[in-house]
Parts: sequence; C-alpha cells; structure tokens
Amino acid sequence: MSKMTGAQAVLECLKREGVDVVFGLPGGVLLPLYDAIYQSDIRHILVRHEQGAAHMADGYARATGKVGVCIATSGPGATNLVTGIANAYMDSVPMVAITGQVNTWLIGKDAFQEADITGITLPITKHNYLLRSATDITRVFREAFYIASTGRPGPVLIDLPRDVTVDEVEFSWPEVELSGYHPSVKPHEMQIKKAARALMDSSRPVIYVGGGVRYAGAHRELFELATKINAPVTTTLMGIGCFPEDHPLSLGMLGMHGTKYANYAIQESDLIVAIGARFDDRVTGKISSFAPRAKIVHIDVDPAEVGKNVRVDIPVVGDAKNALHGLLKEVSPKARSEWNEKTETWKKDYPLRYIPDMNVIKPQFVIEKLCEIAPDAIITTEVGQNQMWAAQFFVHKDPSKFISSGGLGTMGYGFPAAIGAKMGRPECDVIDVAGDGSFLMNSQELATAVVNDIPVKVAVLNNGCLGMVRQWQELFFEKRYSATILGRTSPDFVKLAEAYGAVGLRATKPSEVEPVIRAALATDRPVVMDFIVSPAEKVSPMVPAGATLSEILELEWCDVAQSCHLEKIYAEGRKEVLGQEEF
Amino acid sequence: MKHTIAVIVENKSGVLTRIAGLFSRRSFNIDSLSVGATDNPDYSRMTITVHGDRDVLEQVIKQLSKLINVIRVSELGASESVERELAIIKVSADKDSRSEIMQIVNIFRAKIIDVSHRSMIIEVTGDEEKVDAIVQLLRQFGIKEMARTGKVSMVRGARVVKA
Repeated sequence: MSKMTGAQAVLECLKREGVDVVFGLPGGVLLPLYDAIYQSDIRHILVRHEQGAAHMADGYARATGKVGVCIATSGPGATNLVTGIANAYMDSVPMVAITGQVNTWLIGKDAFQEADITGITLPITKHNYLLRSATDITRVFREAFYIASTGRPGPVLIDLPRDVTVDEVEFSWPEVELSGYHPSVKPHEMQIKKAARALMDSSRPVIYVGGGVRYAGAHRELFELATKINAPVTTTLMGIGCFPEDHPLSLGMLGMHGTKYANYAIQESDLIVAIGARFDDRVTGKISSFAPRAKIVHIDVDPAEVGKNVRVDIPVVGDAKNALHGLLKEVSPKARSEWNEKTETWKKDYPLRYIPDMNVIKPQFVIEKLCEIAPDAIITTEVGQNQMWAAQFFVHKDPSKFISSGGLGTMGYGFPAAIGAKMGRPECDVIDVAGDGSFLMNSQELATAVVNDIPVKVAVLNNGCLGMVRQWQELFFEKRYSATILGRTSPDFVKLAEAYGAVGLRATKPSEVEPVIRAALATDRPVVMDFIVSPAEKVSPMVPAGATLSEILELEWCDVAQSCHLEKIYAEGRKEVLGQEEF
Repeated sequence: MKHTIAVIVENKSGVLTRIAGLFSRRSFNIDSLSVGATDNPDYSRMTITVHGDRDVLEQVIKQLSKLINVIRVSELGASESVERELAIIKVSADKDSRSEIMQIVNIFRAKIIDVSHRSMIIEVTGDEEKVDAIVQLLRQFGIKEMARTGKVSMVRGARVVKA
C-alpha cells in the first residue's frame, strides 16, 4: 500500500475500526495529528476541557455499544483525561484514549508538557501503549480496539510521540495476535448445568444483574429466563434497564439506596444468581451478613471477579449472553410460587415514596415528570442525590438509556456523557439529571454543545448544597454542615446557559415543572433547566455504611423545618459574605 | 502461608512495572521476586513468592493473568518443585578466622570467590533455609556486605511452565 505519515496512518486505523466521531482538544505535539484530522472525514468534536472529552467518549460508548475515542495532548492534556479514564475503567466501558507525547528523543528529559501518562494510567487502563515507531501504529491500534471491546471491556490508552506521527510508514493491516489475551467468553457446560440445577431446586431465587448483562447485550435472554422460571430480578446501578422496571418480577435496584423489597429479597433468598455484577460494597452492605441463607452462582466474563468479594458456590466464567443461552436450554418452566407472592407483598408494603408538596418542588417529582413526559429519553446522571433519585424514580426499561458513573462516582460526568450519548444516538432525547454542585464541574462543555449544535438537556435539581454529603452530615455528624452549603445564588444557571448561547429555564413551583420540561424538549437547542427544589430532601431508603441490607432505614419525610433551617443558612451565608465585603 | 508462582511474561519494557504496580495496588505482599531470560528471548520468567491464604493466591493468579503481557501463570507447589537462591557474602576474615570460615564454606558446599587480607567473598546457592543458615553462621565473623537473589524455582519431572 501507499506511504503515509504516522498521523495519516492513525486516521486510517480509526476509519477502519468504524470510528465516526472523536472527542478531543489539540496541543503542540498533536499538530501533525490534527492536521490529518483536518483532512479526514471523521468528525472531531472540540471540547473545552479534556475531562469532558473522556466522558463524552464514555457516554458515546455506553449509548451505542461502540468504542468511544478521545484525544488529548501531552502533559496537562493527558493528565486531564485521567478521571475520565478511571471512570471508564471502573465501569468497564470500551474506550480508546489517544494522547500526544513529546518526541521520542525527549522522553525522560522532563521536556515541555511531558508527563509519563502510560505510567500514570497503568492501574486505570485495561492496557496501554507508548508507541516508539511509526511501523507499530497499525498493530497497536488494532490491538487497542480489540482489547477495549472484547471480554470485559475497558479503556486502552495509546501514547503517541510527536515524531512517530510525522515519520513515513507503509500502511498494513495485520491480524491481531496476542498470546497473553484470551477472553473466556464461553462458559463451561458442566457449570451451566450446575447453575440450572440450583435454579430448579431453589424455592426463593433472586437474579442479581449488573453491567455485564448490558455490555453482552443479553437483556432479552435475561427477560426470557426470569419469566420462564418466575424468578425476581434486581439490578445494580450499572444494570439498570436490563430488566423492565414496570414488570411484576422487577425488584428495582438493590444496595445502599436500593428498594427495601430488593434488599429484603436478597437477605431472605436461598439462591442468588449474579450475572455480570461484582458484589460491590455499595451493593452488599456488611459482607459477612450478605444473603446469609443463599447459595451463590456467579456468572462473569472476568474470572478475577469470581470469588473476589464473596464466597461463590457455583462459579461460571463466561459472557452473560452465552451463559444465559445455556441456562435457558437447561431450565424448565416454573410456576409462580409463594416467593413471588412474598416479594410482591413487599413491593406493595414498602414502595419507594416521598411526600409531594404543593408549594415546594420535590426533586423526586421532577424525575417522575421527566419519566412521564419523556419515557424513552436517554438519562445520564451526575453523582450524588440526583443520581439516586434518577435511578429510583424514573421507570427504566432499556439498558442503553441509563448512563451513570457507578464505580468511580464522578461528579461532572453526566453532562459530557450526555453530549457523547447524543452524538451516538441523535434520534433520542438526552437528559442529564444534575445537581447544582456536580453540573458546575463540567459546565464549560455548554460551549461544546452550543458550538457543535448538540441539543442535550440538563435538569439541575438545585438544592443549594452538596446534597448527598449534607445528608450524611445531617444523619451522622449532628448537622454540622462542613463545606457542603452552596447557597441559592451560585451561580444563576439560567444566565449561565444564556451566556453560552444555550437556553435557560427555571421552575420554582411544582406547577412550573411540566411546562419547563415540555419547553426544553420542544426546542432543538441545548437547554439548562434550573429546578429550585426543597433543600432538605434526603435519598431514602438507606442502608447505613457497614450495616446489613435488612437494616435498611426509611428516612424521615417531613423535613419542612429542616428545609427552613437550610434556607436560613443559605441566606445568612450570603449576608456574611456581603458583610465582609462591606467591612 | 507462602506460595511460589512462576510467571511467563513478554520481554518488553514496562512489564516489570505492571506487575509490581498490580501487587501494590491490590495490596498483595511480595516476599521475593526474580526476573530473568528464558530459552526464548521473546519471553522472561519471573519467580514470585507471595504470602497469604488460598483466596489471596487465587486472586494473585487471576489478576496477573489479566495483564495483557502475561502469557502464563503457574503455582509451583513447594513439595513438587526445586528451588534455589544465590547469595554472595563479604565477611571479615583475618589469618585467625580464615580456616574456620573455610570449614563452614566446605560444609555448605559453598565457594570462596575472592580473598584479601581482611575479607573474603563467599558464594552460596541453595534453598532459602540453607542460605539463611550459612548467613547465620557467618555473622559471628562480621558480615560486611551481602547481595542475595530472589528465588528461582522449577517443577520436578516432565511438567513444564513455558509460553
């Protein structure tokens, strides 16, 4: 084939891997690469901060199932990607991050904008590469996309020294040969038989579903299995949408802010079938008393997850889709049982709830309205109370339509992730459920949304505080609100949106919520909706850290006094600041 | 409990960092680690000694296997393997102590590889206990300096651990 520069070879690789959009920000060492991007038909979305690029690639990947690609320059550009890469790693998101690097002969000399990004990202990537020769480009890019998207997906970083992108190279397209990488996707037949037997013998089974089912695209098989044997299904935050939440067998989410009925069911069950989930501490509560009477079947594509956190009776190493296919063949239909009656009674007795208010907007009410008006929208979230309410009060039915930072818990994730998701699926409404704290962490990407005409919607649940931490301070630190009070005026989100050329809308009364949402969805521009919500609202129910799942608490609802108290603090804080200015 | 594992890795830069980084990140304890070439120049062999219960060992093996540059991980059971360490030890030795040291060296089938008026360098190979034992005996003469390799180990009989 013809000779080309390293940079052109990179673009050719991206094209051949089916990449249609990349998210990035250029820099000195990336000039040759960006020159090649200029001449290529791959769409480049210019971000305003590299962290945004990583989260956009992540959101794009989760919404489409394809590999997301982000690009940053050497040094600070690369280190700005770190949070986004760690986020993708914790949630097993297929991503390729391309970073610029100084010329090979300058590496190790503390050159301008040099950072050892392969060293820095060693523990937060599935694999990474520092390219030293243009002849390695095609092999490395093929391997990177293969590694990122197969087995348990994850981010792969490629560090690209400037001279490597300038050198000329003969383009070739070699097959991937990795002697140290063989994802074990096909489960052992014997283990499937054992798991099926356990399911048949169980009288109180619970299927516990995580992100693995979503990445394997196995939600239909899951539905078939659960309904065939009438087994209740609970999902983790990452597994949300893998099973339709309006189905009688759905127990919703489990764990710290899961439903009471999911947690009760886990604790009472005699068999837990975990599929693509990893028994995270937010899910299990106190690990020694997790599901005390249950046998555990653990199906996971990553053998290292099996037996990592809990003892497993029947390990099944393999892809969720293959495993579910196998199980479906082995099990015979089971009729409804007392166990179904019991879980359904729990659902009736302990529903997720909040006290509606005529005068003050409850954040849960906003989520319910979003769900009512835009049931098919892709919902992304920030992290904290907004995230938990979005998980609890939106009725999720599609795994690719709930996009949230689970493992790392990255505030500032939701908005750029929404932009990425909208790029991947422009036909869907995409709504970022945000808090007034987390939205500001990447609000500069409003410029990206406006300039590139990506009409995402942001619903800020503005409660004037860092709500989740404030909630913990209220419950466990005698209401000493250390560094969690943001107040009511920081900043004016409507004006902020308008300053960027986006639309800003505000609702201060419950009656304004629906019109604001409808107006936001009716426009084809990016919109920030500022919902002034009750400040003292807490996420409930809650399993306190270190407690057993059955010790789940319903938190007090009537928080009018607490709300007034907080509003007073907000007002006083403002006075204090102004007073000091005068002084 | 101590466990010995053999790890066959690609002979590329940065691989040692990946392995060492994995151990520190996952809070696995390395007692000893040695690296060297294999008969195939594309691969290196590491012998790693870790301590912990069976669950820890299982995690160590699984997590190592996930690294792309790791080709093979194999536990080497103590009873079914031979293992060796090498140490070179510089001890104080004058004309009064020299012969006694030489007796110890002979008993341990060690070697003297350097002699001067005031010191000797002794080379010893053997399993960990044997090396510990000679070090203990040589202490009375005054150990001036010591360099010791990590353990290398291999399964007895026909079974092989190769790429």
